[in-house]
This record gives sequence, structure tokens and C-alpha cells, in this order.
Amino acid sequence: MSAEQMPGRHREVPPKVEFRKVNLHYFSDEGETHAVKDMSFSVRPGEFVSIVGQSGCGKSTLLSLLSGLMHPTSGQVLIDGKPVRGPSPQVGFMLQQDTLFEWRTILENALLGPEIRGMDLAAARARAERILTSYGLGQFLHHKPGQLSGGMRQRAALGRTMCMEPDILLLDEPFSALDFQTRLSIAEEIGEIIRREGKTAILVTHDIPEAIALADRVVVLSPRPGRLKSIHEITFPSAGPTRPGSMAAREAAEFREYYHTIWTEMENHD
Amino acid sequence: MTETAPATATPGTPTDPGTGSIAGPSVAYQNWIDRQSRNRRQVQVGRALILIAFLALWEVAPRAGLVNPMLTSYPSAVWEGFLELLAQGNLGLHIGVTLLEVMISFAVAMILGTVVAICLWLSPMLEKILDPFLVVGNALPKIALVPIFYIWLGPQGSIYAVAIAVALFITILMLYTGFSQTDPNKIKLARTLGAGKRQILTKVVLPGNVHTFMATLKANVGLSLVGVIVGEFQASKAGLGYLIVYGSQIFRMDMVMAAIVILSLMSVAIYLAVQKAETWLIR
Ligand SMILES: Nc1ncnc2c1ncn2[C@@H]1O[C@H](COP(=O)(O)OP(=O)(O)OP(=O)(O)O)[C@@H](O)[C@H]1O
Ligand SMILES: [Mg+2]
Repeated sequence: MSAEQMPGRHREVPPKVEFRKVNLHYFSDEGETHAVKDMSFSVRPGEFVSIVGQSGCGKSTLLSLLSGLMHPTSGQVLIDGKPVRGPSPQVGFMLQQDTLFEWRTILENALLGPEIRGMDLAAARARAERILTSYGLGQFLHHKPGQLSGGMRQRAALGRTMCMEPDILLLDEPFSALDFQTRLSIAEEIGEIIRREGKTAILVTHDIPEAIALADRVVVLSPRPGRLKSIHEITFPSAGPTRPGSMAAREAAEFREYYHTIWTEMENHD
Repeated sequence: MTETAPATATPGTPTDPGTGSIAGPSVAYQNWIDRQSRNRRQVQVGRALILIAFLALWEVAPRAGLVNPMLTSYPSAVWEGFLELLAQGNLGLHIGVTLLEVMISFAVAMILGTVVAICLWLSPMLEKILDPFLVVGNALPKIALVPIFYIWLGPQGSIYAVAIAVALFITILMLYTGFSQTDPNKIKLARTLGAGKRQILTKVVLPGNVHTFMATLKANVGLSLVGVIVGEFQASKAGLGYLIVYGSQIFRMDMVMAAIVILSLMSVAIYLAVQKAETWLIR
């Protein structure tokens, strides 16, 4: 099951993202938290990886490390073989909480990154309009976030991330604020967009079915201090040669098996 | 029971500007609108009645000998006092002087306070160091400083000094509190997009605090007016504060009351101007 056990397959492709023996401690007046312990794994270019684990096991911390918002206490975080030094336009981060700026229109929200990075604004604007329109927000470019539904806000946030043309996407429970029905369809939609554009994506979620339905591999973390527990390669041979969309994946024969294995693993650590 | 009826009618209110006017309003909605406008009328009538009752009592009580007219004056005398001031020709001057002093102290307190609040936000270390001093500065009744300001700065300078001191600390504290309560996730997002401290300030903290800014502005209008009048009490040759003190010294209650009425009209006018600025700023 574990990717470590089948090394030969992808050895020739250099990893897009790599954690090498990463440790992270948080320091505060109350004390020290060992949030991530001896973490090592890598993600291939164009791959979609889901990370699951109990609350507080360091999932958001891993994404913050990758985005360059913080630096590991020890070990290395590498993108394209180079250590992460700080936030880079190459990495797009959709945060766990809704962070659309309510005083900006949807279009202006999407232009925040290009403004901060000092990119060509006319080009960025054309790009933002095209991206948002393709996400079904064409009618709402000049609306404020407060006038949009939860699912539309989620798509707008993705549009803002995509406007920077990142090649790595970090998604921190991007669907958790949505109701079940919307969550399924938005996940399908966003998964579809990410695959179509060939981005490398790392999705953090509590929802095991969601993790399986979207990913090429599922990384399971053990509770605090967060350590790598196992990695599961997700394939659906019964659904044909190409990987099915997230809805179809949920219907595939292999799905239950993956679910059962991962669920059992997350139950049995104490 | 009448309280619950409007609540049940509320969902029928067309809130979406795009789709609101397809069907005509329902009967229940029409009733709700009628009830609303009846309520509004009642509120206005109530206010007018209170004002009329107050003025009538004020006019009748001294004339009927219930209170000493030397102490309270009465509306018709105040009106005549007002006309007299107008005839003397320098009422405009008094109003202008006070208004100018208020505007200047208000602007200085606002600008200085904003600059200090921004510096405090930019440097958490500075904020920690200055915190106890700001708390004391805010708690201290600035009016107690009027005599000192007078000795140091002379009559005109002390008016500005006390008005600015009254408004400055609250500006700093209100703005800094607003800045430091900016949603940390919005700041984190801006950081993932590569924003440095300065860009976080201009793209997240300042635009996210327009409401704090407006609230501070409103609080400051009143405070600068308090400061200016107190300053004028201590020493001045013109202004509404001067008029009030002068009137009381020569025991002309009509003049004092006329000045106070003008003062309250002035504060309402400034407040309305700030409110106009607010709707324009927030759009
Ligand atoms: N800024 C911080 N200071 C101190 N401790 C922190 C900080 N941020 C996170 N932690 C601690 O580090 C651990 C990992 O946090 P993290 O946010 O990465 O968890 P998570 O797996 O994303 O949890 P969740 O699923 O609830 O979002 C937690 O125990 C948390 O208490
Ligand atoms: Mg998290």
C-alpha cells in the first residue's frame, strides 16, 4: 500500500514538493508545541495529494511551511529541489477560513495578488475576468462577496488563487463551510479545474471520502506531534483507463476498500 | 401581537436588487409598509410634541412666576437676544471663530492620531512600551490641563491644545484597537500573496477599518467641540464659549441661552456633515 514500498515507479521524475525530515515547534508563553515531527514525503508534478488526520495534527502547519509563511525548526522543505525561503507566486494558498475582502468586488479580490506582486494589471484583469467567468461568476464580477452564496465565494477564492497562475495549489479544507450537497458539487468542479490545468495540488481535509475521491494519493498523519503514518496510492482500475471525476470515483468499486483502510488507520493510533 | 406581524412579513421584502420587482407587492407586504410609515409618523409627532411641550413650559413657567426669569430666561427672550446679537453684527464672527477652532483641532487630532496609531501598529515593540502611557493619557481629564496650557501657550494656543488633547488619545486608542483587531486570516492571506508589512497596512488594515475611522470621526466631532468651548471659557476674545461666559458675567441669560442653542445647532450640522462623508466614503 505505502508508496515507500514501490519506489521504482516514479524515480525518474524529480519531485515538485519535498519534505525532508521536517520538524516544527511552536513557541508561546504557555509553552512549546511539537506540531510536526520527522516529516518526510514528496509530491510529483501534476499530482493531487490529500492529507488527512485528526484535528490539531499539523495539517495546516504543513501547508504554511510549504507556502513559506514559516520555516521548519529543523529539516528542509523543498519546491523544485530548492528550499522554500518565503511566499512565492508559484504557490497558491486557499486558506481554511473565508478570506475574501468584503470591501472589494469579486474582480478586485482576484486582483489583490497581482497588485501586491506589482504585476501588469491590465493583463491580470483580463486573466481574472476570464478565470472568474469560466468558474460561472461572469455575472458577479462587480458584486461584493457579501452578495454571493457560500459556493460562489469558494469559487471566487479559487479564482483569486488561480489569478497568480501558481503551479502548486494548497487547499486547506476549502469546502468545510459548505452544506453537504454544495460541497460535493463544488469539490467535483474544483477538482476538475485543477486537473484540467495540470496543477500540483495538496488538499487538507477531515473528510476521508472527499480525500479519496479527489486525490492520486492520500497521506495519513498520526495525532500530535504530527507524523507521517502512511501513504495510499489511489487508483480506480474498474472505472476505466483515465481517473474518474470525484463523483464517479465515489461510485467506483475500489472506493469502499480505500475508505475502510484509511478509516481504520485513523482510528487505531492510541 | 402587533410586534410579531411585521417580522413574519419581512421575508416578503424584496432584498435582492436584481429580482425584487417581478411580481407586485403582496397584500401582507402592503400592510407591512403601511404599518411602517404609520410608525415613522408617530415617532416624528412624538418628537415634535416633546419639543413643543419643553418650549411651552420654558416660556410659561417664568412668566407665571413659577421660576425666576433672571435664572432661566425664556424662548421669546432668547429669540430677542439672538436678534440683538445679530444686530450687533459680530455673531457671525463668534460662530466663525469657534467653527474654525473646532475644524483645526479636529483635523489635527485626527491626522496626528492616525499617524500615531499606524506607527503603533507597525511596531508592536513601540506599542508595548507606550501602552501604559497611553492608558494614563487617555484616562487623565484633559480639562485639568487648561490652566497649564494657558500659561505655556497663551490664550489662542491653549484653546487648540486642550481641544486636540481631548480628541487625540481617544483617536489613537480607537484606531489602534481597530487596526489590531483586523482579521488575522486576511493578513495571512495577504502574506501568502507576498505582501510585506506596508502592503498589509495599505491593502488590508486601512481599508478594513473604514468603519473604525468613521466611528472615531464621529466621536471626535463632539470631543473637539468640548475642548474648544472649555478653552474659550478660560480665555478668549471671541467665539461661542466667550459669548457664554460673557453673557453669564453680565447676567444676560437670554444671550447665554442663544449661544448654547447656536452651539447645539452647530454640533448637529457638523455631525450631519460627517455622516454625509461617511456614506460617500463607504458608498
Ligand atoms: N500559532 C500557533 N502557536 C502555538 N501553537 C500552534 C499555533 N498554530 C498551531 N498550533 C498548534 O499546533 C498544532 C497543529 O496545528 P495545525 O493548525 O497545523 O493543526 P490542523 O491539523 O490543521 O488542525 P485542524 O484540522 O483543526 O485545522 C495544534 O496542536 C495547535 O494547537
Ligand atoms: Mg487546519
